[in-house]
Amino acid sequence: MAHTKAPSAFKNPLIRWVDDRLPIFTMISKEYGVFPTPRNFNYLWNFGALALVMLVIMIITGVFLAMQYTPNADLAFDSVDRITRDVNGGWLLRTLHSNGSSMFFLVVYIHIFRGMYYGSYKRPRELLWLFGAVIYLLMMATAFLGYTLPWGQMSFWGATVITNFFTALPIVGKAITTWLWGGFAVANPTLNRFFALHYLLPFVIAAVVFLHVWALHVTGSNNPLGIEPKSDKDTLPFHPYYTMKDMFGVSVFLLIYAVIVFYVPDYLGDPDNYVKANPLVTPSSIEPEWYFLPFYAILRSVPNKLLGVILMFGAVVMIFLMPWLDTSKVRSAKFRPWYQWCFWFFVFDSLLLGLVGSQHPEGIWILLGRVGTLYYFGFFLVLLPFLGWFEKTLPLPASIAESVLGGGKLAGSTVAAKPMEKA
Amino acid sequence: MSSFRAFLMGGALALAAVTASAQEMPVPAKQDWGFYGPFGTYDRAALQRGFQVYREVCAACHSMNLLAYHDLSGIGYGDAEIKAIAASVSVPDDPDDTGEVKDRPGRPSDRFKAPFANEKAAQAANNGALPKDLSLIVRGREYGPDYIFALLTGFKDTPPAGMKMAKGMNYNEAFPGHQIAMPPPLSDDRVTYADGTKANLAQEAHDVVTFLSWASDPHLEDRHRLGARVIIFLAAFSGVMYGVKRKVWSKIDH
Amino acid sequence: MVDATHQGAESTGHGDGQTRREFLYLAAGAIGAVGSAGVAWTLVDSMNPATDTLALSTIDVNLAPIVEGMGIVTMWQGKPVFVRHRTAQEITEAQSVKLSELTDPATDESRVKKSPWLVLIGICTHLGCIPLGNKPSDDRGDWGGYRCPCHGSQYDTSGRVRRGPAPLNLAVPPYNFTSDTTVRIG
Repeated sequence: MAHTKAPSAFKNPLIRWVDDRLPIFTMISKEYGVFPTPRNFNYLWNFGALALVMLVIMIITGVFLAMQYTPNADLAFDSVDRITRDVNGGWLLRTLHSNGSSMFFLVVYIHIFRGMYYGSYKRPRELLWLFGAVIYLLMMATAFLGYTLPWGQMSFWGATVITNFFTALPIVGKAITTWLWGGFAVANPTLNRFFALHYLLPFVIAAVVFLHVWALHVTGSNNPLGIEPKSDKDTLPFHPYYTMKDMFGVSVFLLIYAVIVFYVPDYLGDPDNYVKANPLVTPSSIEPEWYFLPFYAILRSVPNKLLGVILMFGAVVMIFLMPWLDTSKVRSAKFRPWYQWCFWFFVFDSLLLGLVGSQHPEGIWILLGRVGTLYYFGFFLVLLPFLGWFEKTLPLPASIAESVLGGGKLAGSTVAAKPMEKA
Repeated sequence: MSSFRAFLMGGALALAAVTASAQEMPVPAKQDWGFYGPFGTYDRAALQRGFQVYREVCAACHSMNLLAYHDLSGIGYGDAEIKAIAASVSVPDDPDDTGEVKDRPGRPSDRFKAPFANEKAAQAANNGALPKDLSLIVRGREYGPDYIFALLTGFKDTPPAGMKMAKGMNYNEAFPGHQIAMPPPLSDDRVTYADGTKANLAQEAHDVVTFLSWASDPHLEDRHRLGARVIIFLAAFSGVMYGVKRKVWSKIDH
Repeated sequence: MVDATHQGAESTGHGDGQTRREFLYLAAGAIGAVGSAGVAWTLVDSMNPATDTLALSTIDVNLAPIVEGMGIVTMWQGKPVFVRHRTAQEITEAQSVKLSELTDPATDESRVKKSPWLVLIGICTHLGCIPLGNKPSDDRGDWGGYRCPCHGSQYDTSGRVRRGPAPLNLAVPPYNFTSDTTVRIG
């Protein structure tokens, strides 16, 4: 049913005509024009926009690559070579897509760590965080599926290792794996279905991104202080302050991306993937791309196959549980000195696990892998709850505006600003 | 000290640990390649000499199935030369009206003619060892051109004391495991260069590795050229956008 | 004091000393537009024929084995091409046709570059079938040229349409003789 609403505020008659029938311009103006945004964002708040830019770049380059790619086990490798060798600008499309995947994960990891540091997952933003975790999971699936498509040695053997995880499941494991493969090993049926799914999932990601941003706009953004805006003195309209800051951030980001794409395009990749897949020859070291290495390390830290798989998936599940594992009443690590140390240890631990994942599981790397896995789960399951109960937090400022504008120092105000008010 | 500073120090220590980690394959010596670096280009003369080495030595056993004769315009050959190179080989024609497959001279659109009909034939002719396709060999091996160069120049007549060589294998310093089925393919004056350059082992290896690097990455020069323009463009754009951002934010206290 | 809900500094302030800011915005917009155009062109150009496709854009046909009265079919840019070594009789017949009799008038001279060679695209101009007439055993129709089995169009010894439903003569592709025994098509 059409409902009466105020006439649209736009001057252009064409825009008015559309907006009167579907208020899309009003929506854009509300959500990205005047939308009140905390005035104290630092550059870590650019990374959500950067993630969206990367999703768009991956979809566009992916569609144009799909015009030239052949998803058949006998032809896939050569079709990718044709793209890099013969297709006009194909070399650029290909490297943008393969390195773009790395940039997408880099940006999302920083975005996640930002959320962990500033308590962006805490009430009332738990659902926002869950949508984000779902996006991360979908990204990992998409990246895994996409990596098999060139049908190089690492494509094939990576797919073999990962699909073999499912054989660890008791009773149904082998049947599920056969079903996944469409055969008795990774082969053409597997490749074909992986291509179909790889094309599909990014659009599922886009839909979840829509939900993620919608949930964000219901609660409003978090900010470095972790205290909610109390008045419009605490906020700025999104446009032009953050539109311009985001565009600047995008430009710098593209610069870094360009350096990799144009000057060191193979640095993040594996030479073995320039060798056509051979089911009879296993490469000397099978390892996933860098963004999977920490989970790979956790998987290999336990000698038991099923337990390793459970721990690996469990590591991702921890992210989903974060809003409920963290019991602290204070959001931002800025006012949580003990949590700060734990957090930076966690970041170091993630990098350490990544390093462990890239090495052969022997010697000191086994010990380091186990220590790293222990801290990873300890951080979520022990530190987060306990810190919340026992940590002595610093006093919070009265408001964002006061903290940002009032000389920057915390006013010695005894006003106990409630840390976890609703937006 | 702050937790972040501690993290940075820890990170630095970890980085030091990485460089000390053991590698499975011997690390080859670093060579000077004209195509390395952000301003690298391929030396046309070296590419053509390298192609000559490939044609006269390597092509007897190694295919390059992903290259076509017309691709040779990338190493500086003109249409007529490419036609002649293509026509110098015979390839099977399409079946004629009776279904018979006869040979015809190669065309520029044909892929490089492979020495063997298929992998099994290649293995049979080489005591079970498969000579690898060379189209992407430089990008398909760790250390790339340095490794291939070290391999080609790393054959030794006598293995080190105490090392037992398997039958038919050759000792090579660069090859992982040090036993390789391929006998030393190159030696001084193995080819006579058309441009008169002295063909010693190091020169031949250098030229053929340059050619193979080009085959693995024919668009390197396009990439470097466009890269320079894109980066300058983005640097300028970033500068302008920074100005815009500052201008917009200058209106308020922040 | 800035009202945070005010639509920011974007409301273009003409003529009140804001021209430098406007120039900055204009410069940013222009640079952004140039960059976007470059990206768009890269994507669009990737859909153009690739170098391996372009390598097949000309073919060389060896004429030596084609004896008098013989015609071969070869592929060029995905289309069949007829190359025929015409007999003296076929040439005379083609040259002596009155233009007024033709559905699509054209002289034989305008369709042939070097006697006795006839080079045509072997696609019927009606609905695209491949006419018969190259093999000696083919029924070459009433004008001794080509006959399309799909709907009965017939062409003469110059490839001109003589009986419909085809509206036009068989097309002549671009070609030239690179030697006495080789013709380059395309």
